Amino acid sequence: MRRRQAIAAWVLALPFVVLFAVFTAWPVISSLFMSFTDLRSTDIQTPFATNFVGFDNYVNVLGDPLFGKVAFNTLLYVVVGVPLTMVLALAAAVGLNSIAWLRGFFRVGYYLPVVTSIVAVAVVWRFLLQPESGLINQVLGFIGIDGPDWLNSTTFALPSLIVMAAWRNLGTLMVIFLAGLQTVPREMHEAAEVDGAGRWQRFRYVTIPMLRPTLLFGAVITGIGYLQFFEEPFVMTQGGPLDSTRSVAFYIYDQFGFGNYSFAAAASYVLFIAVVALTAAQFRLLGERR
Amino acid sequence: MTERGRRRRDSDGLQSRAWLYVVLALGLILMVVPFIWMLVSSVKPEREIRRSPPTWVPETVTVDNYQQLFDRLDFPTYFFNSTLVATVVTIGNVVFCSMLGYALAKLDFPGKRVIFTLVLGTLMVPGMVTFVPLFVLVSNMGLTNTFPGLFLPFLVGPFGVFLMRQFFLGLPDELIQAARVDGAGELRIFWNVMLPLCGPALATLAILTFLASWNNFLWPLVVAQTEDKYTLPVALALVSIGQNATQYGLLLAGAVVVVLPMLAVFLALQRYFVQGVAMTGIK
Repeated sequence: MRRRQAIAAWVLALPFVVLFAVFTAWPVISSLFMSFTDLRSTDIQTPFATNFVGFDNYVNVLGDPLFGKVAFNTLLYVVVGVPLTMVLALAAAVGLNSIAWLRGFFRVGYYLPVVTSIVAVAVVWRFLLQPESGLINQVLGFIGIDGPDWLNSTTFALPSLIVMAAWRNLGTLMVIFLAGLQTVPREMHEAAEVDGAGRWQRFRYVTIPMLRPTLLFGAVITGIGYLQFFEEPFVMTQGGPLDSTRSVAFYIYDQFGFGNYSFAAAASYVLFIAVVALTAAQFRLLGERR
Repeated sequence: MTERGRRRRDSDGLQSRAWLYVVLALGLILMVVPFIWMLVSSVKPEREIRRSPPTWVPETVTVDNYQQLFDRLDFPTYFFNSTLVATVVTIGNVVFCSMLGYALAKLDFPGKRVIFTLVLGTLMVPGMVTFVPLFVLVSNMGLTNTFPGLFLPFLVGPFGVFLMRQFFLGLPDELIQAARVDGAGELRIFWNVMLPLCGPALATLAILTFLASWNNFLWPLVVAQTEDKYTLPVALALVSIGQNATQYGLLLAGAVVVVLPMLAVFLALQRYFVQGVAMTGIK
């Protein structure tokens, strides 16, 4: 009986396990191996002709001034992008949670950008951000502000991308927060109200503490996402102007494009370590605390 | 509470509710204006697109931009490729992830803990880590610029297993035991008893997988090397950074063609999207 169950389970598991081993697990391991060799695109047919070079790639990645620049940009994407997206999503979720009429309608609207292709979104936003004929600068001009050439400015290109990313991602977080808000018992709000707590106090001392696990989850997935920021600069600015929007993931992609496979692998593991570190930090900061 | 006090509170509530709707509506406008602007501008002639001040209602409505898209750029082929790849990827995920999800939730077997830990562990691995070796692997298999090269790496994923396992855990064990007493084999129980109960979860997984594959961009960009293998986002990206980069009419029409199918699917099936996010987001 036990045995039959085990055999059936393995029959069910096998297709997934094989595909997963070949296309996910093996690449993760071989990337680690690769990062300690001098593999380049030209060695792809003869992988055994490559040499073991120890930590050279890692030393070179960390010593590259361009890597410092893209790491700083990525840090900005995370420390500005995550709070901005979280606050907007939480505001939208709390707003939607306190209305009944048209709630579904608003939820659909706020979620809409999530389902759209980043490439199409980039086309539209580049059009909106055009210096002269773009809608944003036209509206700004209407109220007397002379809008900049957003995407060609080393000052405004990165903030533009962050705002666009927040616009695109807040729908996912909003739905997660909405589900979390529904688990906050109504009685707790009523009790707090009887005790004389105002709306803000109830939000601060009832909603936020009850929502802590959900907020943590949201911060973790958003943080992991922004650390890997790639598609937005790739399709909006090609990393420019002057690398001011280039991210770590973009840097890795460039190195892959140049054929520096082992170097790219080492940089990708640096990013991996950053993801693990950020996640651990968020668990410590936002996790169980009384 | 006195009668007067209550009345004052009610009218306060009404007023603040009205304000809430105003704020939410303003937010909604900010969220959807890019799409409306995309649609409106895509049916304008190039000259009107660049006009300042802009026209909210097109003075001249034209399908020129769409015509060019389909004549010059072979968008039907890209559309077919995107659909094909997304369909295969979706079938793979629905079938294989529900199989493993069931085994992990309801059966005992050696290696169960290891598989679950490994699969969950990869949720944190950045896509860039597997990107380079995956490309080397696919090239060595001779699969660059082929359809299998486009879909094989995405046939299974941790998200699907996580979702299906979670759903199966919520189904009662008694069903399985009753079927066993009736003499049904384990695979039969999975296929005939348990899987038919998974409709909502399977629909959610199918829709979210199809969406992710349809919008996937980086992998097809490096694997598809000739035009007959391009997917829609790849084609649109190459047009938008190529020599047509300033032809906004053409680009916006392309964006509409890429976005509209998913928008339609989303509007028709939106409760499954919300369910999917909520199901995997919480717990």
